[in-house]
Amino acid sequence: MSAGFTALQIAVIAAVTALLRFLPFLAFPPGRKTPPVIAYLSRALPPAVIGMLVIYCLKDTAPFAPPYALPEIISVALVVVTYLWKRSPLISIAGGTLCYMLLVQVVFV
Amino acid sequence: MATVRKAFRAAFPRTLPVMAGYLVLGFGFGLLLESKGYGIGWAFIMSVMIYAGAMQYMAVDLLAGGASLISCALMTLLINARHLFYGLSLLDKYKGMGWKKPALIFQLTDETYSLVCVTEPPPGVDKGWFYLTISSLNHLYWIVGGMAGAAAGSLFGLNTAGVSFSMTALFVVIFTDQWLKNRNKLPAAVGVGVTLVCLLVFGPDRFIIPAMAGIALALVALKDKIPAGEAAP
Repeated sequence: MSAGFTALQIAVIAAVTALLRFLPFLAFPPGRKTPPVIAYLSRALPPAVIGMLVIYCLKDTAPFAPPYALPEIISVALVVVTYLWKRSPLISIAGGTLCYMLLVQVVFV
Repeated sequence: MATVRKAFRAAFPRTLPVMAGYLVLGFGFGLLLESKGYGIGWAFIMSVMIYAGAMQYMAVDLLAGGASLISCALMTLLINARHLFYGLSLLDKYKGMGWKKPALIFQLTDETYSLVCVTEPPPGVDKGWFYLTISSLNHLYWIVGGMAGAAAGSLFGLNTAGVSFSMTALFVVIFTDQWLKNRNKLPAAVGVGVTLVCLLVFGPDRFIIPAMAGIALALVALKDKIPAGEAAP
């Protein structure tokens, strides 16, 4: 990709992010009621979108060819179990990533 | 100047937990970005301009895959829609902040939001400067973490195969966390279910836009099954 297009992509992502941050302050000055569907979606959307992103991250996993998605299964399980145990995002993310890197670089080569 | 110094002294200790998190997560982002061939300059620009954790991990994928500008916009809209909620609940708190208000709004992230929600400035400390210091310090940690990650990736020539799993791990952690906190599991289940179906039907290269549309429609259709207060982040 050209640097120009990359800059454009970043500009779009930055602009939409800023728009979402500023919108409530511009569109709903205090005292005016938020449209119910906006209030509802800003509550219900986040968990659904995170579920979508988990699947997105695993989209190129091939469960029917060696190593039968084992690096993914093992590492995701490790992330969940350590998170249930320690409730520390950092431990789970760092641990899961190191585990996955070890599996794809050393174990399942 | 005394006002600023006083606010800094009150605000800085409050940001220490976020410092640890942002340096490490930012480092992971920089490492991931560098592994796709984008150096420290891009890490700096993205962390200054976008400043959104999950979105920046996602952006690495969008950049490396040459995603269209429409895809970039849609993905950002969905991933960052939760910022609407943050803004809505801070309308009153950020009232009358003058020129600091745009900076406060621009620097609003999950962590800064939760910090601002639970933290009041100590007596005698200027409210605007207090919140602005918290917000800007957090932003600074994120920028430093990202640049350090990108620098480490290029300096040490690490074998970074598999480092992209950090994005998967990040989303699995957020998913697990929300699953534990939200009494109503329906939105999370809709997100996973609709996306899986779309992946099987449309294949890994073109399922994401149908999935986004499907999720939005399903959530609107299920509005009565997800009462207020049950799916709050």
